[in-house]
This record gives sequence, C-alpha cells and structure tokens, in this order.
Amino acid sequence: MRKISFILNGEKRSVYVEPNDLLLDVLRDKLGDKTPKYGCGRGDCGTCTVLLNGKSVRSCLILAVEVDGQEITTLEGISKGGLTELQKYFLKHNSFQCGFCAPGMIVTLEEFLKKNPKPDEEEVKEAISGNLCRCTGYVPIIRAVMDYVKNK
Amino acid sequence: MEELKFVGKDIPRIDEKEKITGAARYVDDLDFGPNLLYAEIVESPYPHALIKKIDTSEAEKVEGVVKVVTGKDFPFKFGLYMKDRYIFAQDRVRFVGEQVAAVVARDPKIAQKAAKLVKVEYEPLPAVFDPLEAIKEGAPIIHPELGQYSHVPWFFPKGGTNIAHHRKVRKGDVEKGFKEADYVFEDTYKIPRYAHCCMETHISVAYYDLSGRLTLWNSSQSPHVQKALIADALSPLGITEKDVRVITPYVGGGFGGKAGVTMEVIAAALAVACKGNPVKVRWRRDQEFYNTYMRQQVISKIKVGVKKDGTITAFQIENFWDAGPYVEYGANVVNASGLSATGPYRIPNVKIDSYCIYTNLPAAGPYRGFGYSEMLFSVESHMTRIAKAIGMDPVEFRRKNAIREGDSLAYGAPMNPNGLIEAIDKVAEEIEWGKKEESKDPKKAIGKGFAIFWKAPAMPPNVSTTAFLKFSGDGSVNILVSGMEIGQGYHTAMAQIAAEILTIPIEKIRVELPDTDRNPYHWQTVASHVTWASGNAVKRAALEARDKIFEVVSRAYHFNKDSLYLENGKVKCYLKPDFELDLKDFVINGIMKEDGYYVGQNIVASGQFFVDFCSALQDPETSQGGHPNVHYTVGAAAVKIEVDKETGKVKILKAVEAIDCGKAINPLNVKDQIIGGLLQGLATALYEDMRFDKNGKILNPNFTDYKIPTSLDIPEEVVPIIVEVAQPDGPFGARGMAEHPMIPAAPMIANAVEDAVGVRIKALPITAEKIALALAKGEKEPDYYWHIMK
Ligand code: FES
Ligand code: FES
Repeated sequence: MRKISFILNGEKRSVYVEPNDLLLDVLRDKLGDKTPKYGCGRGDCGTCTVLLNGKSVRSCLILAVEVDGQEITTLEGISKGGLTELQKYFLKHNSFQCGFCAPGMIVTLEEFLKKNPKPDEEEVKEAISGNLCRCTGYVPIIRAVMDYVKNK
Repeated sequence: MEELKFVGKDIPRIDEKEKITGAARYVDDLDFGPNLLYAEIVESPYPHALIKKIDTSEAEKVEGVVKVVTGKDFPFKFGLYMKDRYIFAQDRVRFVGEQVAAVVARDPKIAQKAAKLVKVEYEPLPAVFDPLEAIKEGAPIIHPELGQYSHVPWFFPKGGTNIAHHRKVRKGDVEKGFKEADYVFEDTYKIPRYAHCCMETHISVAYYDLSGRLTLWNSSQSPHVQKALIADALSPLGITEKDVRVITPYVGGGFGGKAGVTMEVIAAALAVACKGNPVKVRWRRDQEFYNTYMRQQVISKIKVGVKKDGTITAFQIENFWDAGPYVEYGANVVNASGLSATGPYRIPNVKIDSYCIYTNLPAAGPYRGFGYSEMLFSVESHMTRIAKAIGMDPVEFRRKNAIREGDSLAYGAPMNPNGLIEAIDKVAEEIEWGKKEESKDPKKAIGKGFAIFWKAPAMPPNVSTTAFLKFSGDGSVNILVSGMEIGQGYHTAMAQIAAEILTIPIEKIRVELPDTDRNPYHWQTVASHVTWASGNAVKRAALEARDKIFEVVSRAYHFNKDSLYLENGKVKCYLKPDFELDLKDFVINGIMKEDGYYVGQNIVASGQFFVDFCSALQDPETSQGGHPNVHYTVGAAAVKIEVDKETGKVKILKAVEAIDCGKAINPLNVKDQIIGGLLQGLATALYEDMRFDKNGKILNPNFTDYKIPTSLDIPEEVVPIIVEVAQPDGPFGARGMAEHPMIPAAPMIANAVEDAVGVRIKALPITAEKIALALAKGEKEPDYYWHIMK
C-alpha cells in the first residue's frame, strides 16, 4: 500500500493503493466516481476514458500510482457545473441509447473540441474511433457534435 | 381522428440527461458496502470431459477466501424453455469455459489467486463442434439424459441423439409444388456464430440476508423471469418466489444476450452459500464472449421452385442450428425462426425442418433478430439469385411474391395487416433501384443489393404485462412497469402514451426501472414486443386513471362523467366552458365541497395486457392448427456499395431501410433504432467473425480480435424510413421494431457484392479476403468449407 494524492475533478484527494491497482478501479471502488466504466479492461473500447492533465487516457491501462500529483477529470467533473454546451446538443439529438459508452465518449469529445473547435465530420469520426458504441451506430452522436459545432 | 399531441412526436429521450451526465447507475455502479464479496469462476479447459475429482483444499486455505463452491453444493437445474443445464457442472463439462467451481473471497485478486489452486481431474471425452457431424450416427452424445429433460410443450427433443428440438412445418404438397415449377434452385448457405458485444458485460450482485431473503441486482432484460427461474432452481433449499427480489437498474445493452437467466443464477447460489454477504459476479470481457449466449451458427439447405413468371410454387429448407451444449433458450430461437423460415413470401407448398443441435461449442441463443437474422441470409440471398436466373428484376420478384394481409402463413394462420409493398417501393425509390452506377475509379465497381424481411415476437402464447400508474400531489406521475429500458427508448414511448391520454407534459412523467418487489409483472424485454404489449398496459392504466379522475370530479360537481374531458392536464366540461380544474388540485387530497366535506380518492391505476389469442398447440408433424405468433413486423432494405476489385474491400455508400412499425410512437427513436441496428447487422455481414481452435476454445474473445464497428465503419449515408400500417391491437397502432433493423443486413450485402463484381458469397462474413480470393481465382460461387473449425 502506498499513499497517492491527486486532483480529482478539481478537488485534492488522497488514497492508499497497491502498486498494481488500476486507475479505473481506484476511481470507481476507492473514490466512488462511477462515471468511468469497465467495458473491456484492455484499452479496446474507451468506456473508461478520463482526462489526465487534460489529455484523454484509458483508465484501465493506467496504474493509479502513475497519477500521483497529477490532475484527473472524469464525466462527473465535467457534469458538475451543469450541462456543458456539448451535453445540451446530445440531449437534443437523442445521442445515446443504453448510455454505457456515454461517459467515455463525452470525455473524449470534450477534450477533442477544445483542441479542435471547428472540426469537420471526418475529424469527429476519427476522434471517437477508439470509443466503441454498440447501440447507436454513432450517427446520432456525430449529429449532435456537428450541430454543436455549427451553432457555436 | 383527433390530433395526437405526444404520440408520433420526436420527443427527446426521457433518460438522456442521466446518461449524458454520468448520473445513470448500472449494476456495477451501485454501492454494496464493505461486506461485499467477489467471486472467481473455475472454468473447464476441455470441451467435453467427465469430472473425476475436484480438490478445493488448497484454495480454501488462502487467507481472505470465504467459500469454495462446486457442483456438489448445488445439484440444481434451471431453464426457461428446457431444463438442460446445472448451475455448476455436475459429473461432466460440455464446453471450454463451463463453470466447474467458484471461489468467493473478500478481494477479487484473492479470489483469482485461489481459483488457480482448485484442482480438477478430468477424463476427456470425444467432442463435436459441427452440427452436421453431431447428427451423424455414432457422434458423441452430449446429453445422454436428453429424453428426460422437462421442457415447454412445443419442443420435440429426440432422446439418444444430439437433436434437442426439431420444428417441422408442412403446408400443401411440396413435391407437387416442385413438379409444377419450371425451375428448381438449390443451394447451401453457412452462417457463423456472432457475439452481442454489449458495452456493459454481464453482472449480478446477490444478497441472501440472514432472514432468508434473496435480493439480486442484475444487468438484465428479464427481471421477473429471473426471479421465477432462480426461485425455481433454488426451491430445493426452501426458497420461493416471494423470497426473491430482482432489481434492475440501467442496462448497458442487451440485444437478447441478457434475456432469460445465464450467470445470475451463479451469483444467487453463491449468495446462498455465503449468507449475510452480498456477492458480486461480473464477467470480464472474455467471459462475456463464451459464457453468455452467442448467436447460433446455422447451415441452411434451401430448395425453391418457381414458374417462368416468377411465381414461387414450392419452398423447402433444412436449417441445422449449432446451439452449443445448453440450448434451453436457443431451442426457442430454432423453433420461432423455423415457423417463419419462408421469409415474408406467399408460398402454397412448404416444407421446413429446423433442427436444434447440441455441440461442444459454448451455449448459443437469442441475439437481435431471434434467428431471423440468421435464416434470412440464405432465403434472401437465394431469392435474388432465383430472380436473376429467371431474368426477373429482384425487386419485382419480391413485389410479386410478397406476403399480403390475409395470406396463409406456413403454419396456416392468416398474415396480419402490413406495409410490406409500401416498404419495398419506398426503399427501391430511395436507392434508385435499376439505375446502374459506375465508379470513377476503374479499380472499383458499384453494386446494389435488396432484401425484405419480417419477424414475429417469439413468445410463449400466454405472456402478460401490467403497468401501475400513480399521481403525486403536484399532478406529476410515476409509471411502474417491468419492461427494461435497454436503450431502445421504451421509457420515452411509455411516457408519451400516458401523456397522450392524461394530456400532461412529458416532464411531469417518470417511468421507473424494475424492481420485482415494487413494479408489476412483465414477462421479459425480448421479442420486440414491449412497445406493443406494455404500451397497451400503460394505455389502459392511463385510461383507468382518467376514468377515476372523472368519477371524482363528477361526484364533487355533479357533472355527468361523459361531459368531462382532459386538456393540458386540466379537467374540463363540455357543458360548462368556464369550468377547469387542475389535476394537482385533487388527485391526492380530493375536492372540498361547499359544506367543508371532501370527496375524492388517491388516484392510482393499473393496466393489464395478456396474450390470450395465441396457441402453440399445433400438430408436431406439420405445425398446422395453432396460432403461435401474435403478428409480424415487416420491412425492406437496400444498400449501394463500392467494391475494390483488387483488395475486395467493401465500402457502403448508402443504406436504406424501411420498417412498418404500425405507428411510430417516437419517430426519432424509431429512426435511430434503424440506424443502430443496421450498423450492427452490416458488421456481421462484413467482418465480425468468431474463431475457435480445434479444441472448441474461442480464439478471439476481445475487441482487438473480434472486430465490432467503430465510427469509421459507418455507411456514408443511412436513410431510415418509417411505414405505418396500424396494428389493430397495438397502442395507437404500434408494433415492435427494435430487432428488425439487423435482419436484412447480411443478404443485402451478399446481393450487392454479386451485383458489383459477380461473386456470390454463401458463407458469412463476406470479408474482403473472400471477395478478393474469388476474384483472383475467377470463382463466381466459391464454396467455403465450414470455416469455424479448420
Ligand atoms: S475498459 Fe478501458 S478501454 Fe475498455
Ligand atoms: S449507447 Fe449503448 S453502447 Fe453506446
């Protein structure tokens, strides 16, 4: 066991972890942030995506000790201050069905749109190509993003 | 007809806010406190073997291990349609991955470590992985006791063989039909296994408290069925249905994979073994592949007779389904699709043999389309080939032979009202059928493919559903139902139906996720029937509530009940235009009369829907005589693709799909179902592919090697089309449609590939490799060896 401290969604948190504990499990089971989801455990699906110092990473591939002293943002953090502009467009476009991919998808897109505020459709597809969704066929998600981009 | 205000409108999903903020809680997100225990399963490395001995002593010694459980502790069977499976393997294992034992520990890592210390001695038995091998004389018998298993009365297992069920349909005289035909076309098609790949893996947390109450939190499509089946399985321990409670929060995708009972019964048993502690069983992604239902592989031998003018005179099909070693649910897939194996065609002479065959691959069962996605690949590939062979346009051929309202189905019952012809015409127009297109790139060819489809809800003939509706003091409503919102938009549709009748805004309605203690009975969320069945129950509940509202108001004000109506959530009176009374003013506290006394009642209502017009009791030799299906939902679809003649790579330029959902309660949701389901189907057509080794072990149980589509794989254009020919007994005319989008995907791709490059692929998936090889070798109809077991 080792104590690590990091900023989680703007708040300093400290937690004891084993050297082989995954960030995903620590966030979910020790810190109670259930927004990153387990979908595959090996970096294939993107449901566990969080931001590490503002860059999207897969929390199932990162050891918790690696984030000591760093900054983590999850969908919980993104949603805390009320719906973001992008989320409002998801709402309008029925973007998710079962919703299990939503946390990873939204975290990925929030980061992407900061970097690239006026993407074209191909760039949006590229940006979410690591986030699997089995329900929607991606079309309603892309629809929401493009509408948001257009109206910004 | 009065204008509808909520039904038929593109109302945003009522569960969307939870989902986009991360507030939606799935089972694994619930907190079970520090007493939670974790299970690790000991799985069979053999596809078929006798269990000689299990030694758990080393595992038990590991600190933190609470219990090690084996088949001896729970020699109980479970099953919805046929009881052929034990909670844990007893004396033999029948597939690689079968549960032999479980270790329960305080920490998942300890459980994993200890599970490796459980020593199991096996005596391997010969195994069989191909359904055609499994029905040969002398094949290893997978269930020696098959003849004794209890099952529903519409299954016909053959004891002493590996045939778990044989659905025969005989109509007219098929030999005579072939004689009348000018041409007879015969071929064999092969469809492999596929996986649902819900993003959320199966999970169940079970808690047997010190009083003997068993509560489960499951990711499930079937809370009430699970309650019943788990109580039944554990009934030797004195557990009855009233003791079992199943709670189902949000579910991260189902597609049939979370129907019935699979791993939840393991969690239940482990909880009983560890009384007083909740026990969590969560499948890792690889377990999700082999330890829940897959889609069955099937070999289809089809023979169709037609006249020169394109009239179909005879249809014969033998479908050999590989259902794996436990077919309790899968046999019903074979049954349901067997009854409808002709596809949506009007055919006088029919012979169908649909075999459910035991093999030693993992258990298979329902997956979006319930057998129709599988069997219509051969039918719809074949119909296009026939049309072309007799010089008829494939769309014209379908229009000519398409089943119409009142036509007799293969089992004799009449076809329901439907918009099949309208769907065909709309799709043909949208895809510009008949217009030849050339690729700008000489290395590429453009082709179009067409398919039609149908599907009936596959259900027992007596399914039931109920809705409770209750008001709060502010006039808002909670609807309690037990259909599952698995992503299809069910809750939104139910809110729209209630809103329509009660005339209150959607924002004032909440539809609650099931808890079997609290929400009334609903069979299962399968078969694409909840909008229809549960929608009827919700509608009736709303009508009952409305009636009670009018009753109270008429008692307080002495209006005739018939003079009252609702508008914008207020009670109004035809005879007294200035009268209006807001629901919130009386639904809980009643109405005060002049003398200070109150009249009223707390407005609560229930609505019920029961299927009592079906019968599965048909002649087992012909399937004639009963009425096994409630109705069919039909549709048509087409694609335009571009094929690279060198690499064989297929690019989908446009996909169009029209479905007759009777009435689209929420058109936006219906269209999004079409788009999502179509992509799921297109992937099975083009690249998803399950591989097994010689030992029956799945080789690609992960998303690196089993490819599901990403955002880069979607068609350039998808056009969903809604057709509305009302279902007479549906709520506002609606019937279900959520499984259907997937069904036509594979045959229409096969048809388009042939149209583009002249290669007819008869075994799925239609990979670039298969197309490129055929083109390189100049083979027009390559016959691929049954590719699963090389
Ligand atoms: S769970 Fe991390 S990428 Fe799938
Ligand atoms: S909405 Fe279900 S996985 Fe994306």
